[in-house]
Amino acid sequence: MIKESLLKKENAIYSEVVPAGDYLLKVVKKGQTFRILDSEGNQAADTLFYNVDDPSERYSAIDTIREQGGLYLTAGSKLLSNENNVMLEIVADTCGRHDTIGGACATESNTVRYALEKKCMHACRDSWMLAIAENEEYGLSKRDITHNINFFMNVPVSEEGGLRFEDGISAPGKYVEMKAYMDTIVLISNCPQLNNPCNAYNPTPVEVLVWD
Amino acid sequence: MTSLKKSPEAGTILYEDTFSAACHWSMQMRKGTVLKLIDVEGGANAGMLFYNPTNLLERYNAPDTLKCQHTFKLTKGNCLYSDMGRIFCSITEDSVGWHDTVCGNTTKDMVKEKWGEKTYQDHHNDWNQNGYSSFLVELAKYGLGKKDMAANLNLFSAVSADDDGVLKFAEGNSKAGDAIELRFEMDTLVLLHTCPHPLNPAKEYPKKPIKYQIIQAASVTEDDACKNFCDENKRGFKNNEIYHLGGGYSHD
Repeated sequence: MIKESLLKKENAIYSEVVPAGDYLLKVVKKGQTFRILDSEGNQAADTLFYNVDDPSERYSAIDTIREQGGLYLTAGSKLLSNENNVMLEIVADTCGRHDTIGGACATESNTVRYALEKKCMHACRDSWMLAIAENEEYGLSKRDITHNINFFMNVPVSEEGGLRFEDGISAPGKYVEMKAYMDTIVLISNCPQLNNPCNAYNPTPVEVLVWD
Repeated sequence: MTSLKKSPEAGTILYEDTFSAACHWSMQMRKGTVLKLIDVEGGANAGMLFYNPTNLLERYNAPDTLKCQHTFKLTKGNCLYSDMGRIFCSITEDSVGWHDTVCGNTTKDMVKEKWGEKTYQDHHNDWNQNGYSSFLVELAKYGLGKKDMAANLNLFSAVSADDDGVLKFAEGNSKAGDAIELRFEMDTLVLLHTCPHPLNPAKEYPKKPIKYQIIQAASVTEDDACKNFCDENKRGFKNNEIYHLGGGYSHD
């Protein structure tokens, strides 16, 4: 569902450009709204969420889709934790559909999906590994790396049970905005994938903005 | 360790037993053996998770499994992947046709709301057990916890999605006598429960037992149907082969 935001960029209390292949690890406070902006279009922002007070409570793709009764995320979707609590709600979305069953790219899964020779190409899960290693104060480890949201990615499932990675339905300047229902650690890998036509083989920056 | 003892003939049933309804269990499956699960009454559900017993951080990964085979449903020919690009097991036989891996588990609260609470105190082992607690119990036996719980399989249960992504639970998906065979391609710790699928709309808590057999597998041939299901699976099998070169604990 397309829903535009009323928030103005100049009123944001924080903004950060995250280049492709980098990560962002940031706490968003309860009540704050944050936006991920697809600056140049068809980028994938592979995102995980954790409860600041107890990171073992985290975003859960399976609980979110089961409880909303649908696969795709858009405005109105409540993002649930593994404790079935609402962590965030998507309050604005100019893209219309986001994936949460396609997971994140990894060097190991790249060998399966593309070629064994692609094994050392940079991947989202490596960005997350670096994020948890460089930010030990959050107490995150590989056990916390679970199934993510792929903001701006289009992974349609057919009624017969097929699944495709389609060209993105995002475009330059499209964004998704979420309101936090709890103090939340946001962990984004801005996807460095060079083998998937969904980003035209050209990963680009995203921007993250926060409003009180 | 590599055994000098000759392996039993392919197809030999090494062990068989039944998981009663609404229970949980865990077991290690050896590379080269098959776990055959049989839905005794029809309408069963088997929640299942896989871990590498020598590195418990390597675990079943549903998104990797679905996207590399371009499928939402799991059935014969599909392989079930770890997050490290390796294949825990292949679905070598399946009379059901569709198994779910995106809907997770029932919780204690969900069971209470859907089917009412039946405590151990009042009902002993006929209590209304839930899938989430079942996995927690089995995980804890290996030093694991809720952080280690990944998106699980719900074998025998099917959930489809329409063009808008709206989920639909398929009633009558698995019938009495339906079976699935998982051939293990590496040593695997298997966690399972027989609690109902969380989207099962049954009025009464469905109590469905599952019979199982551990069977000696035939060697994987070059023309194997799972290996040749797609190029991705050929590469997955290659990853397993490379892994076993370095592992030193192949049981072939």
